[in-house]
Amino acid sequence: MTDPIVQLRDIGVRFGTVPVLVAVDLTIAPGEVVGVAGPNGSGKTTLLGVVATLIRPSSGTGRVLGAALGTDDVRRVRRRIGLSGHEPAVYPDLTLAENLRFVARVAGVTVEAADRALADVGLAAAADRPAGRSSHGMQRRIDLARMLMLEPDLVLLDEAHAGLDQDAEVIIDVILERTRRRRGGALLVSHDAERLTRQVDRVLRIEAGATV
Amino acid sequence: MSRFWRQALQVAKRDLLVEGRAGEGVGIVLPFGALAVFVVPLATSGSASLLADLAAPVYWLVTLLFGMQLALRQTATETVPQRRLLVLLGLDPVARFVGRTLSAWVLLIGLQLVLIPLVVLFYEPEPVPTPALMLPALALYALGLAMLGTLAGDLTVGLRTRTALAPMLAAPLAVPLVMGASQSLISISRGEGILTWTLLLVATDLALAVAGVVTARPLEETAT
Repeated sequence: MTDPIVQLRDIGVRFGTVPVLVAVDLTIAPGEVVGVAGPNGSGKTTLLGVVATLIRPSSGTGRVLGAALGTDDVRRVRRRIGLSGHEPAVYPDLTLAENLRFVARVAGVTVEAADRALADVGLAAAADRPAGRSSHGMQRRIDLARMLMLEPDLVLLDEAHAGLDQDAEVIIDVILERTRRRRGGALLVSHDAERLTRQVDRVLRIEAGATV
Repeated sequence: MSRFWRQALQVAKRDLLVEGRAGEGVGIVLPFGALAVFVVPLATSGSASLLADLAAPVYWLVTLLFGMQLALRQTATETVPQRRLLVLLGLDPVARFVGRTLSAWVLLIGLQLVLIPLVVLFYEPEPVPTPALMLPALALYALGLAMLGTLAGDLTVGLRTRTALAPMLAAPLAVPLVMGASQSLISISRGEGILTWTLLLVATDLALAVAGVVTARPLEETAT
């Protein structure tokens, strides 16, 4: 991959009449990990949504993994994007193992790979615990296990360090290292400037929807 | 097995697993449906002929009301992170619609089967000459309600007025389903053919299937 993993030009997003992102430019080169920092409500999560192809920009142009944003082309590349949002994407009534196995089966990955990923994030002993009765940190680990299992070319972590202990930070390190090796890209949003600076190649700062 | 069917079956399996754990259908809807069947004889004079006449209307009414509760159940509501996850996994939105419909269909068939012996026990209706003839009508009726519930649930996802709006959307569209199923039973009881009513059920189910397939993709985009 020599083309940028992500290339946004002049991206704007409005929710109704409220501008949330204003003329944002962002490029993530193959093998690059970019951090996003900024105060609450500055548009960091919206930017992540745009890069994940889940929020359609109101203005500007962009390509993610070669697919033009705002077109049906993005469906082609979504399977290669891994997103861990504010709220972990788990089914509370399913066990931790069932959550991961469901994802594996839908994505066409073996159940063994799911079990391996569960062990890799240190949750093998808690495999049969319902996700709804697991801590927020454990649920976040399921998000990370999904990334280890599916190996996405574009890793997106919102509030990357929230609710995670130091052991889990090592898992993020592993995910980022593997992504770099695959010449993929990553975008990390975090309020923890110290941890963010350590894990990324550069930091993009956003205030009031615009890069500064 | 094709990727489409593998995904649809996984969604159905997940829904049934979640339903089994949460127990919303078995623990809440089913007992109250059974209670509704039981209450009507207590509220009437107890005349055997009146109860026999009421058997079919009560059955259809209870399966419609409580069936829609099942089809629109809270456990079938996905959160935004869950929906985003499925989109990024490359889940075919039509496979999702089919999977959700399948799981609701299984639950609705269960509701119908539980209510039949209760209605027979409490209302003692005239025996139907060939009850097996009712099976296709019951299956098509449940399938229609399942698709209707899935569609209404998806159309109203994320709306604050969901609990009020979804039944209002679904209720008028359930009329041809109730009509097809109830008239099938009447025709069988009279020894008449049920082709017309079966065709009505098939046509309604087909229309709902087309609506589900056509709207699956746009609804997926708006819900994430």
